[in-house]
Amino acid sequence: MADLNEIQTLEHDVLVIGAGGAGLRAAIECAARGVNTGLVCKSLLGKAHTVMAEGGMAAAMGNVDARDNWKVHFRDTMRGGKFLNNWRMAELHAKEAPDRVRELEEWGAVFDRTRQGLISQRNFGGHRYPRLAHVGDRTGLELIRTLQDHGVHQGIHVHMECTVLDLLKDGDRVCGALAYWRDTGRFVIFKAKAVVLATGGAGKAWRITSNSWEYSGDGLAMAYLAGAELMDLEFTQFHPTGMVWPPSVRGTLVTEGVRGDGGILKNKEGKRFMFGYIPAKFAAETADTEDEANRWLKGDKSARRPPELLTRDEVARAINAEVKAGRGSEHGGVYLDIASRLPAEQIKRRLPGMYHQFKELAEVDITKDPMEVGPTLHYFMGGIRVDAESQMTTVPGLFAAGECAAGLHGANRLGGNSLSDLIVFGKRAGAGACDFAASAQAPVIDKDQVEASMRRATDILNRESGSNPFVVQDKLQDMMSHNVGIIRTKSELETAVEKLKELSAEAATAKAHATSQYNAGWHTALDLRNLLLCSEAVTKAALTREESRGAHTREDFPGEREEWVKYNVIIKRGNDGDMVVEKRQRPAGPQPLVEIANSKIEDLEAGKVGADYQ
Amino acid sequence: MAQRTFKIWRGNKDGGEFKDYSVEVGPGMVVLDAVHRVQAEHAGDLACRWNCKAGKCGSCSMEINGKPRLSCMTRLNSLPEGTVTVQPLKTFPVIKDLVTDVKWNYEQNKRIAPLKPKPRDADGHHRMMQEDVDRVQEFRKCIECFLCQDVCHVLRDHHKHDQFVGPRFMIRLAQLEMHPLDTADRIPAIRKEYGSGWCNITRCCTEVCPEHIGITDNGIIPLKERVVDRYFDPIAWLLNKIRGKK
Ligand code: SF4
Ligand code: SF4
Ligand code: FES
Repeated sequence: MADLNEIQTLEHDVLVIGAGGAGLRAAIECAARGVNTGLVCKSLLGKAHTVMAEGGMAAAMGNVDARDNWKVHFRDTMRGGKFLNNWRMAELHAKEAPDRVRELEEWGAVFDRTRQGLISQRNFGGHRYPRLAHVGDRTGLELIRTLQDHGVHQGIHVHMECTVLDLLKDGDRVCGALAYWRDTGRFVIFKAKAVVLATGGAGKAWRITSNSWEYSGDGLAMAYLAGAELMDLEFTQFHPTGMVWPPSVRGTLVTEGVRGDGGILKNKEGKRFMFGYIPAKFAAETADTEDEANRWLKGDKSARRPPELLTRDEVARAINAEVKAGRGSEHGGVYLDIASRLPAEQIKRRLPGMYHQFKELAEVDITKDPMEVGPTLHYFMGGIRVDAESQMTTVPGLFAAGECAAGLHGANRLGGNSLSDLIVFGKRAGAGACDFAASAQAPVIDKDQVEASMRRATDILNRESGSNPFVVQDKLQDMMSHNVGIIRTKSELETAVEKLKELSAEAATAKAHATSQYNAGWHTALDLRNLLLCSEAVTKAALTREESRGAHTREDFPGEREEWVKYNVIIKRGNDGDMVVEKRQRPAGPQPLVEIANSKIEDLEAGKVGADYQ
Repeated sequence: MAQRTFKIWRGNKDGGEFKDYSVEVGPGMVVLDAVHRVQAEHAGDLACRWNCKAGKCGSCSMEINGKPRLSCMTRLNSLPEGTVTVQPLKTFPVIKDLVTDVKWNYEQNKRIAPLKPKPRDADGHHRMMQEDVDRVQEFRKCIECFLCQDVCHVLRDHHKHDQFVGPRFMIRLAQLEMHPLDTADRIPAIRKEYGSGWCNITRCCTEVCPEHIGITDNGIIPLKERVVDRYFDPIAWLLNKIRGKK
């Protein structure tokens, strides 16, 4: 059917797919190494989901509290991730984040300042010290715009509004991708010696989510189909505070910065309920009275942290339990109160975005009234399995960074560790891809693969009739929210597996009308394959992990099981095309890192533990 | 739930027309929700841009009842009763339906030289006081929705795209010019290459900015003053320079 010569072909040494923080940072690294780099954006440049990040990026610079250093950051990350994190990634991240943040300042980022004129750092859930470099509550915008404005001068070839359909392979290795231009609907072949995926998660499979339409798990699904291993997909983070009212904005993020700046959670009886949900593991470091929590907020270094700043998994489960017990707010959430905690002027200065968002979308003035909030699907801790140093996946020439890669966050991500993840591992993936490309042969494109991918896409337009892709997506979102939510059980997960088969059958006959030019229906139909594959992987991983850890809670297997910290759930495509799920033993952590992660904070800071490990 | 009619422009670069669609509307709904409902129920191929649905990404700009606005932040109950008219931005060429070709804006951005920071202090830090960066941060709130570009008559009516970068990029320039670390001299280019003289301070851009950035008063006017100082009052400029004011 297709004559390859008639299809537009673009050639790069490294092709980066996805233009959020990780993709942009990877592309900048490649360009800095003098490599011909292509950057594919699903939307316009600068619109990727990174702009939604609010609170900040974690980096142990110690500008606000000099006691902070990489070891404390590393320890917080491991504890937040319930020790399932990749040790080496957590170490690299904590060590390299400060330099990556300073580099942003060099490129034009303007962070909020301390009184001494340094980059200011704020408190956040699970971080022992004020650690998040931030700009009000729009840090993600600052990150993406800084990388964008710097990146456009580095000679990167930016391809906007271009959707990648499939990766192409030359034998075992990746050699490019087939994509289509949204504005014309025409296909394009990208030929590349190495490919970096930076495509984010698949939150759009859920009804209540903070994720945009772009979050359809393209990178995860394409990597899986190309033979890569996925890991830890059972860990889907429900951010505790999404908007719950009005319905059209249900799920939209309310930054954790509200709690970092003193906001408290209350149930409909006005009770500050988080004191009742402090898990034993964090009891030694969490305040148990309102008085102590308030002293901490005022900067009393002997006081312990308020329970509202426990890790996201704990707070989300607590809110869920309050609502289930009938103590929820009018529209099925709880109250988040900053109005009684800070003067109106300060709220507007520190949380301008939130003020604006509630005022315009919910007609609530947060300087006067509490917000109504509830859990919203926010982030995939799991993703494509990568090598810690180079970010290469199990497929030669294929790299992954940012949310679509697995490992750094373990079973639960700390707020603020995502933006720093993007810049630390975006840079590393770029370097890894350049190194690979330097010694790689010129790739050869296989006509059959291109044809198969094109046929899958054009069939949607060509078939006489079929299912409405918007309706199928809608059903999927309801199904996943219902059966694969915060609290999971075997029977619901099994129901989900069955339902996913039915939905996949429906999706296979999806029909889009009219031409391929900027066609929302066609695009939605194309995304369905990826969303369904990711949903299946999450569900099967969740069925396999028979314990509750971090963001994965099994009602039928409560509590962490000692044995399970030794395993990751790995997902890959079997030879027969079926999804294979494997419980795989993890390598033991290096001794000094294990000691630091498990140490008492006093011992770590007194130099009794890990002192000679740098 | 009530029905409401939306008059939506359908077409491409060769022309088009308004079509009426009726959908059910509920509490809290914004114009973008209605457009999505039309997609799901009546016109699957209807083209529109959006990402964040929370006023943070600047993708969903349209002209709603004739005014350039973010469709994700325009609540239906804030509009006068009756039919709502939705059409693409007028200043940029249509690709399809509500989607326009905004590449020109990206080309302008590429023309602007990036920050040229002075060296760090001996201890590795850059020091800047909050009060010295407040203004720069105000400009950096920009979400690149291009509503200001759409409404500026220099571009919209006079099509001076080759002589004036437009309000969005005037504040990008202002942000660099006022950045405490920047060492580049930007004034000659602001006048000659980016066309600061074209702006006649109508303030239409400031009015539509969803981020409430003081584009004209805080950005463009100070830039114009710096241009005037340089070219028409060089002595004052020299004195300022000697005193170390940027
Ligand atoms: S104030 Fe200047 S830039 Fe703004 S709309 Fe008027 S002429 Fe254009
Ligand atoms: S200055 Fe305001 S109106 Fe103009 S692009 Fe930026 S956010 Fe939009
Ligand atoms: S969708 Fe992001 S601003 Fe409207």
